[in-house]
Amino acid sequence: MSTDIAPAPVPKFDDDEETGRKLAIICSKGNLDMAYPGLVLANAALGEGVEVHLFFTFWGFDMITKKRMGNLKFTVLGNTATHMPQGVGGIPGMTTMATAMMKKQIAGVGVPDVPEFLEQIVASGGHLWACRMSADMMHLEKDDLYDAVEGIINASEFIEKTEGAQLLFI
Amino acid sequence: MPLASIDGRSVHVDDEGFLTEYDEWDEDLAKVLASQIGVDMTDDHWKAIRFLRSDFKEHGETATIRRVDVVGGISTKDLFRLFPKKPAKKMAYIAGLPKPRGCV
Repeated sequence: MSTDIAPAPVPKFDDDEETGRKLAIICSKGNLDMAYPGLVLANAALGEGVEVHLFFTFWGFDMITKKRMGNLKFTVLGNTATHMPQGVGGIPGMTTMATAMMKKQIAGVGVPDVPEFLEQIVASGGHLWACRMSADMMHLEKDDLYDAVEGIINASEFIEKTEGAQLLFI
Repeated sequence: MPLASIDGRSVHVDDEGFLTEYDEWDEDLAKVLASQIGVDMTDDHWKAIRFLRSDFKEHGETATIRRVDVVGGISTKDLFRLFPKKPAKKMAYIAGLPKPRGCV
């Protein structure tokens, strides 16, 4: 023990000041690969004490529709980043195979599937909202949606709820 | 930052104050670390901290919130209640471990 050693710094967890930081994420895609960026960022922000609102719209509705949320797909078609000949993507069964592979890779890094990820986001205090226009177009009601979705709201209501928030459109 | 003192003890910490040597930590020190960030340790807190310690020893990485939930058996909701706002970082700090490196 020595007296000339400086006291260790204490990390600033910013508990005392109400930073009021908010993040709004608009999820507009229903592909498996495009579902994850929003979920990962929402989860990360919640872990940093940021208030998070997710708004599911258009194809993003698949992420919260009970019948589809566990069955999102990944396709090689139109995705040059797979570096596979596009013709291969059109072979019957290819999307199923590519989806299975991606799901395995996601699970391999310890990341949950979409329904479980949403459960974790809600448990961390995240808010889920469904888009009114998408619900009307697809003839879906609140009962068709994941239970933790807080409501079906219109775009103006979402803008109101996320006043001052940083916004991500995915 | 190499050596610094916490509660009269000399320990190695990083720039933010997280301990960098696994073996310099003990539960008495954890109590001091917890009080420094306003956490009042209860049995539930200890359960999480002890899981982080043993899991790190086994795998060499700090458990993420999800891992504490799925493997450690303490729900995410409880973790946010026990270590408000930033559970992963607060747990790592009290457990004398680096911040988790995983995204989820």
